[in-house]
Amino acid sequence: MDSRNTSRRTFLGLSMGLPLGAALAACGTSGPAKPGGGASGGGAGASYWYLSVQPQEGVRTRAVERFNKANPSGQIKGTPFQNDAYKTKIKTAIGAGQAPTIIWGWGGGTLRSYVQAGQVEDLTSFFDQNAAVKDRLFPSSFGAATIDGKIYAMPCETVQPIVLFHNKTAFEKIGAEPPQSWGDIMDLVPKFNKAGIAPFSLGGQSRWTNMMWLEFLLDRIGGTEVFQAVFDGEKGAWSNPAVLDMLTKVQELVKANGFIKGFSSITADSNADQALLYTGKAAMMLHGTWTYGGMSQDGGDFVPGGHLGYTNFPGVDGGKGDPTNTVGNPGQYLSISSKATPEQKEIAKKFFAQGVLTDQEAKEWVETGGVPILKGADSAWAGSKDADFLNFVYGIASNAKVFAQSWDQALSPTAAEVLLDNISKLFQLSISPQQWVDNMNAVIGQ
Amino acid sequence: MSAFAPTARKGTPPAATREGRGGVLPWLAVPALVIFVGFGVIPLIGVLFLSFTSWDGLGEINLSGLTSWQAVLSDPGLPHALWITLLVMLASWAFQTPLSLLIGVFLAGRQRYRAVLAVLFFIPLLLSQAAIAIAYKALLDPNFGLGAGLHIDLLVQDWLGRPVLAFSVVIFVVSWQFIPFHSLIYQGGVRQIPRSMYEAAELDGAGRVRKFFSITLPQLKYTIITSSTLMVVGSLTFFDLIFVLTAGGPADATRVLALDMYKRGFQANLMGPASAIAVILVLVGLALALLLRRLGGRDPQASQMEGA
Repeated sequence: MDSRNTSRRTFLGLSMGLPLGAALAACGTSGPAKPGGGASGGGAGASYWYLSVQPQEGVRTRAVERFNKANPSGQIKGTPFQNDAYKTKIKTAIGAGQAPTIIWGWGGGTLRSYVQAGQVEDLTSFFDQNAAVKDRLFPSSFGAATIDGKIYAMPCETVQPIVLFHNKTAFEKIGAEPPQSWGDIMDLVPKFNKAGIAPFSLGGQSRWTNMMWLEFLLDRIGGTEVFQAVFDGEKGAWSNPAVLDMLTKVQELVKANGFIKGFSSITADSNADQALLYTGKAAMMLHGTWTYGGMSQDGGDFVPGGHLGYTNFPGVDGGKGDPTNTVGNPGQYLSISSKATPEQKEIAKKFFAQGVLTDQEAKEWVETGGVPILKGADSAWAGSKDADFLNFVYGIASNAKVFAQSWDQALSPTAAEVLLDNISKLFQLSISPQQWVDNMNAVIGQ
Repeated sequence: MSAFAPTARKGTPPAATREGRGGVLPWLAVPALVIFVGFGVIPLIGVLFLSFTSWDGLGEINLSGLTSWQAVLSDPGLPHALWITLLVMLASWAFQTPLSLLIGVFLAGRQRYRAVLAVLFFIPLLLSQAAIAIAYKALLDPNFGLGAGLHIDLLVQDWLGRPVLAFSVVIFVVSWQFIPFHSLIYQGGVRQIPRSMYEAAELDGAGRVRKFFSITLPQLKYTIITSSTLMVVGSLTFFDLIFVLTAGGPADATRVLALDMYKRGFQANLMGPASAIAVILVLVGLALALLLRRLGGRDPQASQMEGA
C-alpha cells in the first residue's frame, strides 16, 4: 500500500518536474523560435535600451520622457546600460527573442548580423513614406544603416569623428606646437618623456581604443581603399604593404614609450584615459569627440579655461591618404525588433518620426558638446560656450571626403573579435606585424 | 555545475534502497533532483547539442556536424587556454592551501581575539567577485591607484598590463577572496581533532611544530582533500573576476577556458565552438573531481577519528 502510494507520488513529482524541465530547456535552446518574448513586458508599451554614462544618458532619457508625455496612449519604457555590457546584453537578448522594441546600436557589421538573422525590421518603406524624416539628416549617416540597399535603422543622435585632443598647458611647458605630421609625433615623444609627461594617454585594456590608431594610420598611409578591400572580403587584403608599414609604425611608437606607462591596465569605460589628459599627466589623446562632454564635466577648469586643444589626425609623409578624411561614428542607430508586436512597432515608428532629434533634443546634444546629425545643425550653437569645438567637429564631418566607420563596428562581430584580440597583442609587442597580417588574413570575409 | 554532479548522484542511491521501507526519505531527494536535472542535466544536453551546430546566437540553429569541434580542436587558442587554466588551478591551490591551513589552525584556538579576527578574515568572502575586481582595478591603476596616491613607487607597476604581473594579480585576488572560506573548513577540521592526542604528544615531549606535522596535518587529510577539490574544480569556473579585472589580457595572458568560451560565444557570435569548449570544461571538471576522490583513498568510510 505504502509503496503504491509512493509510486503514485513519484509519478506526480515527475509529471511536475518534466514540464519545469521542458520550460527551462525552452529558455536555453529554442529561444529564437519564441515570438514576442519579453519585448511585450509591460502590456502594450514599447521598450527601448540605450547606453548609460552622462551627460548623453540624460538626453536620451529626456527624449523618451517628452515623447511619453505627448503620447499617453503609446508609452516607451527606456532602460540604460553601460557600453561594454550593452554590446553583449543586446546580442544575447536578441538571440533569445527577448529584444527590446527599439534597439540602439552603431550600425554596420553588427546591424548586418541582425539583418541576416531576420531580427530587425526593414525600414525602407517607412523612409519612403516619411521622406521629411530622412531629408533632415546627414546623408552620410545612412551608409552604416543600409545593408544590401535596404535601410534597417534610423540614424540618430550625433556625429562622432575621432580627433587628436591635446593639453595646451603641456605643450606650453615644453614649448612645442601640436603635431602636423607623423614625423612631428615621433619627435614630440622623447621631448614629452624628458619633461615627465606621457606623450599619449590610452585606455589600452578596452582594445578598441588602440584600434583608432591603426584606423587613422592606415588611412593616412594607404588611403581608404586598403580597409575597403578588407571590408569587401577580398582574399589577402591585409597583405597590402601599407598595412605592414602602419603596424611597424604603431610598434615603433609603443617602443618609444609614446603611450602612458601602464596603458594596458587602463580602461576607457572608467574615463581614466580622459583624466590623464585633463590632469596633465599626458599631453595628447586620440579619442572620439564624445569624450568632450565628459572632459567638460569632470575636468574642472580644463575645458572652460580653454586648455583643451584639438586637431584632426595629422598626415604621414609620403602617404597616399587624404588628411581631411576621418574615422568614427557617422551617427548612432535605432532599429525595430521584428519580434515586437504590431502595436509596439507603431509606437516605435511614431517615436522615429516625432520623438527623435526634436529641436529640444538637438539643443541638448549641442549642450553636451555633440553635433547632432541634422542638416544645418551649425545654426543651433550660435553663442554656445562650446561653439569653437562644435564648429571644428561640424567642419571635419562635412569636409571629410570619406567618413569611415570604426573597424570593429563595420566588420562582423566574429571578425571584429579576432581584430581586437590581435590589436591588443600588437600593442603588447607579443606578435610581429607580419604575424598580425597572417592572423587577420585568415578571418577575412567571415 | 560539474562540481555538484557527484554530490547529487550520491544523494539518490540511499533514497532508492530505502524506498522498500516506504519512508518519506525518498521525497527529500526530489527537490534536489528536480533542480539538478532542470539546471544541470538539461542545459548540459542543450550545450552538447549546440556543439554540433553552427549558431551565431541570433538566427537559425543549423546542424553542422563536427565543424565546431574541428575548429576548436585545431585552434592554437585551446591548448593555450587549457594551459592558463591549469596554471591558475595549480598556482591558486599552491598559494591558498598553506595559507588557509595556517590561518585555519590559528583560528581553531578558542581565544576571544581569534574569534574577532575570524570575523574580519571572513569579510572578503561576503563581497561579490565583480565588486572585488572593480575595487582592485581601481587600487592597481598605475596613474590614479594606491601606489600613485601614496607615492609608493614599488606599488606603481603596470599591474594588469604585463603578462606575469597580471597573472599574479589574478591569483592574489582569487586567494584573497577564498582563503577565508578554506580557513573556515580547516578551522572546523582542526576542532574535530581530539584533545587527547595533543595531550599524549605533549607528555611525550612534542613541541608545537612536531604536533602540527605529526598530528594536525595527518588528521586533516580528508579536510585537505575536500578543500582541494573545491579549489581545483572551482578554479575551472573562475570567470567574473578575471573578466572584469583583465578581460583575459594583456594579450592572452589570463585567458582561461571559461573566458575563452565566453569570448567565442558572446563576443565573436560563435556559439557552436563555444559550446564545444563548454563540453570540454565539463569533462575536465568531472575528471578532476573523480581523480581527487580517488586520491582520497579507496575507503571513504574509513574513520578519521581517534586512533585511525
